[in-house]
Amino acid sequence: MAKTTLIENGRVICPGQGIDKRLNLLLAGGTVAELTEGRPEADETIDATGLVVAPGLIDMHVHLREPGLEGAETIATGSAAAVAGGFTTIACMPNTEPAVDNEAGTEFILLQAERAALARIYPVGAVTKGRLGRELAEIGQVSRAGAVAFSDDGSPIHNAEIMRRGLEYARMFDRVVIEHCEDPDLSGDGVMNEGTMSTILGLPGIPSASEEVAIARNIILARLTGARLHVAHVSTAGGVELIRRGKAAGALVTAEVTPHHLALTDECVRTYDPVFKMNPPLRTASDVAALRDGLRDGTIDVIASDHAPHPPESKQVEFSQAPFGVIGLESMLPVAITELIDEVLDWPGLIATLTVAPAAVLGIDRGTLRPGADADVTLIRPDQRWTLDVDRFRSRSRNCPFHGREVTGRAVRTIVGGTTRFRAD
Amino acid sequence: MAQLGEPALEWTRKHLLGLEDLSAEELNIILDTAESFREVSTRKRKKVPTLTGKVVVLMFVEPSTRTVTSFSLAAGRLSADTVSFSKGGSSISKGETLVDTARNIEAMGCDVIVLRHSAPGAPHLLARNLECSVVNAGDGAHEHPTQGLLDMFTIRERKGHIEGLTVGICGDIKYSRVARSNIWGLTKLGARVVVCGPATLIPDGIEEMGVEVFHDLDEFIPQCDVINILRIQLERQKSGLFPSIREYARVFGINSERLERAKDGLLIMHPGPMNRGIEITPAVADGPHSVVLDQVTNGLAVRMAVLYLVCGAKG
Repeated sequence: MAKTTLIENGRVICPGQGIDKRLNLLLAGGTVAELTEGRPEADETIDATGLVVAPGLIDMHVHLREPGLEGAETIATGSAAAVAGGFTTIACMPNTEPAVDNEAGTEFILLQAERAALARIYPVGAVTKGRLGRELAEIGQVSRAGAVAFSDDGSPIHNAEIMRRGLEYARMFDRVVIEHCEDPDLSGDGVMNEGTMSTILGLPGIPSASEEVAIARNIILARLTGARLHVAHVSTAGGVELIRRGKAAGALVTAEVTPHHLALTDECVRTYDPVFKMNPPLRTASDVAALRDGLRDGTIDVIASDHAPHPPESKQVEFSQAPFGVIGLESMLPVAITELIDEVLDWPGLIATLTVAPAAVLGIDRGTLRPGADADVTLIRPDQRWTLDVDRFRSRSRNCPFHGREVTGRAVRTIVGGTTRFRAD
Repeated sequence: MAQLGEPALEWTRKHLLGLEDLSAEELNIILDTAESFREVSTRKRKKVPTLTGKVVVLMFVEPSTRTVTSFSLAAGRLSADTVSFSKGGSSISKGETLVDTARNIEAMGCDVIVLRHSAPGAPHLLARNLECSVVNAGDGAHEHPTQGLLDMFTIRERKGHIEGLTVGICGDIKYSRVARSNIWGLTKLGARVVVCGPATLIPDGIEEMGVEVFHDLDEFIPQCDVINILRIQLERQKSGLFPSIREYARVFGINSERLERAKDGLLIMHPGPMNRGIEITPAVADGPHSVVLDQVTNGLAVRMAVLYLVCGAKG
């Protein structure tokens, strides 16, 4: 008889089933046995009074840096950061060295994930060989090896013809193309949002138009091909509007937004601290408002971290010379709760952006507490006030723009396949 | 006016990173202090003991002739010890980070680092990581506070006041740290600042800094009591920001004919180095309106004042 665990007295929120109710959750072996108002006998009981009991959270946009950039993060340290942040499942981007653009590379990720034995990891394969934007990668074989989506993330696919062919080809395997929408010519040598703040600071700007031109082009190509397009880390008001119109016109487009784009503006760059340098860059207050509206009305489907670790020494330099990217696995949930609950989303709405919505984009059967599903569960203490401290993070890197921030809410227990993989002290 | 060697009680800043942060009072303290130091340069023995025993390091990671010379002489006239190094002769060219290089210099005991660097915010990076004072001698397109101050000092000297004047800045505003420092300083002291240049070289949102934008010199010139003409970097043409040097000279070059419509007593300034025949004709550069060399002379007094104040602020 498999080991049973009863999680009792929690507020169970399972948006996939439309459940938001005080219920007891019974796990048996590695799967969900039942959701019940009764109190079945179990080998182990977890008291979830005052906690939110959610399906295991999913972060569909993570950079784990392995292979090749292990000084910043490894699959093991990134997995530890994921479960500490409440994530049972993550999808990792292929911009490693070498890029994940073949079967062997994909299998290596899965093997390392198995060795780490913490979170479930889904590889994202490159759309083009070496992420160079010239020739299609072996999308069919890489799909078979386990990649759930394709992306050249970190770089946009510059050539519209290659983008078109990538969408068409990925569609055959029912795989989504996740695109970093940016026009590299318009971005030029920009390092922050173009606007009054970049003018004051004398830093080269990246105009909103750089993102908007690319989103518009890619939605047009998604309609042309009938393929699924997922817009990574939308950051501009114009981008949100283009996605809204694209959806209305019937394009198979979905979108994600990061916590930093929802909570911070380009005013942060005043310090010239590269911890506020990422691409797309922090935009203005009106962009933040538009992103929040996009979440509210469902234009934006998913919240994802774009967790991008960089070793400390690479961020201890002049702003213009530092690499783009910030980490987010361990700050995303508390920042999202603090910034969004009540103002933008209710609890079921927030949990949906972190469970069923990314599962649907990736086409994976997760993010639900339906009986029979894998027993992936995140317990959240919604009212815990605490301070984010990068020195306590499990990630190998420290480049978090929310360090020192007072937040409310955190994951207190992360259960993967019935086994507790993280427990807050 | 501060007396030589007397601690400036009102001055509390350890660093001078830009003019944006300064109040009108603080700007006036620097200008008044500079006034009191100007006399030193007219002495037969151009030296006072004010900063004896202090060490000023001139860290010029980006090339400079006039600014490094000016700071070096300014520190020398205050009897500070100075060391100066450039990128080629330093460990930065061996891949050491800016912060490490500066920390090593600081470990030898230095009171002030004067930094010129091509990256905006590089002085802020040092200020965050070091104990000594940091003076920004130009950081990319961000600020060049001592140039802004010497321009203001020169205007005040010639016009008697800054408040109420219309000061024009002409040319490549987008990439100009001189423009930004002038805009902050002059608007704080009550001047109206107008800028003029090709649309491709006027940055997004500049109006938010409190200036008005023009693209037509003939409309711009008659309004100005002072025109600060910026150097046009020839490489901007190659990156597609304007079509040709010839067109730039024709549309945005300041010549005597255009100045016929100027106000009486117009001052022409240029931070140097000049492209004679492009943004400014020789007749204007050397003509009766020009105060270009006064700017250079005044730069010394302003830099003496800045070094004196930041050293005094630390006690």
